[in-house]
Amino acid sequence: MTYPAGLKYTKDHEWIDLSGDRAKVGITDYAQQQLGDVVYIELPEVGAKLKQGQSFGTIESVKAVSDLYSPLSGEVVEVNTALKDKPETVNKDPHGSWMIVVRVASAAEAGALLDATQYTDLTK
Amino acid sequence: MEQATTTAPLKKTPLNSRHKSSGAKMVPFSGWEMPLEYSGIADEHMAVRTRAGLFDVSHMGEIEIAGKDALAAVQRISSNDASRLQIGQAHYSLMLTPQGTIKDDLLVYRLAAAHFLLIVNAGNIQTDYAWIAEHIKAAGDAVAVDASSRYALLALQGPRSLEILQPLIGVELGDMKYYRFVHGEVAGVRATVSRTGYTGEDGFEILIPPQSADRVWQAILQTGQSAGVMPCGLGARDTLRLEAGMRLYGNDIDETTTALEADLGWTIGWVKNEFDKTVGSAALRAQKAAGVSRKIVGFEMVDPGIARHGYDVCTGAPGAPPVGRVTSGTQTPYLKKAIGMAYLPVEHTTPGASFDVDIRGRRARARVVPMPFYKRGAHSNS
Repeated sequence: MTYPAGLKYTKDHEWIDLSGDRAKVGITDYAQQQLGDVVYIELPEVGAKLKQGQSFGTIESVKAVSDLYSPLSGEVVEVNTALKDKPETVNKDPHGSWMIVVRVASAAEAGALLDATQYTDLTK
Repeated sequence: MEQATTTAPLKKTPLNSRHKSSGAKMVPFSGWEMPLEYSGIADEHMAVRTRAGLFDVSHMGEIEIAGKDALAAVQRISSNDASRLQIGQAHYSLMLTPQGTIKDDLLVYRLAAAHFLLIVNAGNIQTDYAWIAEHIKAAGDAVAVDASSRYALLALQGPRSLEILQPLIGVELGDMKYYRFVHGEVAGVRATVSRTGYTGEDGFEILIPPQSADRVWQAILQTGQSAGVMPCGLGARDTLRLEAGMRLYGNDIDETTTALEADLGWTIGWVKNEFDKTVGSAALRAQKAAGVSRKIVGFEMVDPGIARHGYDVCTGAPGAPPVGRVTSGTQTPYLKKAIGMAYLPVEHTTPGASFDVDIRGRRARARVVPMPFYKRGAHSNS
């Protein structure tokens, strides 16, 4: 698997696309493979305040339920509601299927995220 | 996403290395290392609904009962009426506790007038065998043998199963009725082939010697390639059986649920000879006379969300204690609905009745629907 170098990652298998104080968040290819066929996604409302590591939603495959953990503290400013109707997109295009956009509260938290090389090592 | 670790070594079917080399995702199941999925649960599920899928179910147990009084022995431990089985016929049945709850569910094959083969769940083989051996003593001249190590079991399921299997066997299969079986050679391997399954589709289950399992597995996949057969894992087996409304032992039925609560009264040989000697018969008669207070239902979700095994079911005001429990539930690939089974107080079991499922703290509305959810030939789906 290849992980885009432009993204950041967490050990909980989320990817983060940082742009200024905005962070787009999704789950990695590794995560979608572990989950299997995704059939349901529950996402927060715009305006929800998240702490780093806090659950912001759930993702369900045919066989299991998993929590989605916020990689950063901040406020949810956008939610990809289209995923609710097409959850299988997460399997087909995991790194293109963003779930939420967070307005990042702490630059220090963002600085501590994994890069693609570190994340690739983690999934080996 | 962590895998549970266990200390006991997992048992392996004769196809274990084949599954691994073919890229199946392996998981522990009832003490066995089994394929969960090959290409993905949804893909495999759709293959079985539209074409064909091949499953390794060699973890299932085989217990043979033979001897002059084998019929009387089977009648004692199995709820259905085995005297109605012709040689070459099989049926679904239950093993009951004295309380009428379910010790296991099984298929009973009549191999000869006084020789039966019982196919039981993997997790129950040892306890079933010990229990059978104990309970048939009083039936007279009959012995039980745990023959599980002598069999591998494959299931070929789906509308194209017949055309895939027929070229590999000398016996004419097209005329074979559901729940009948024949002996023959599949790909040159001696086999017992029954028209049975756990998916709601037409299909066959194939008992073969373990040392030949890989040969038959490969032959079916090769012959069936043009028909679109796919190797399938236990994940799809579970979603398929749930759509078909079939109970899963350990989830929907167990030693806390009676045959009547599980709505499996049709597996009880109420009028069979010496029914009173069948373990559990007295308790079931009493429960039938008194009526059940709870019963299993099929349901579909009305609100968004997926009800899963173990979730509480509520009918009262928020805060009221739960009245039942979901025993199986998922979003199924063919019907594309969140469906499940649950035990409910009998007054809430009418189709159309609604109730709430506690989905991780959120109450979501569900509606009772008749089972099976899926019946072959009754659905159109692109």
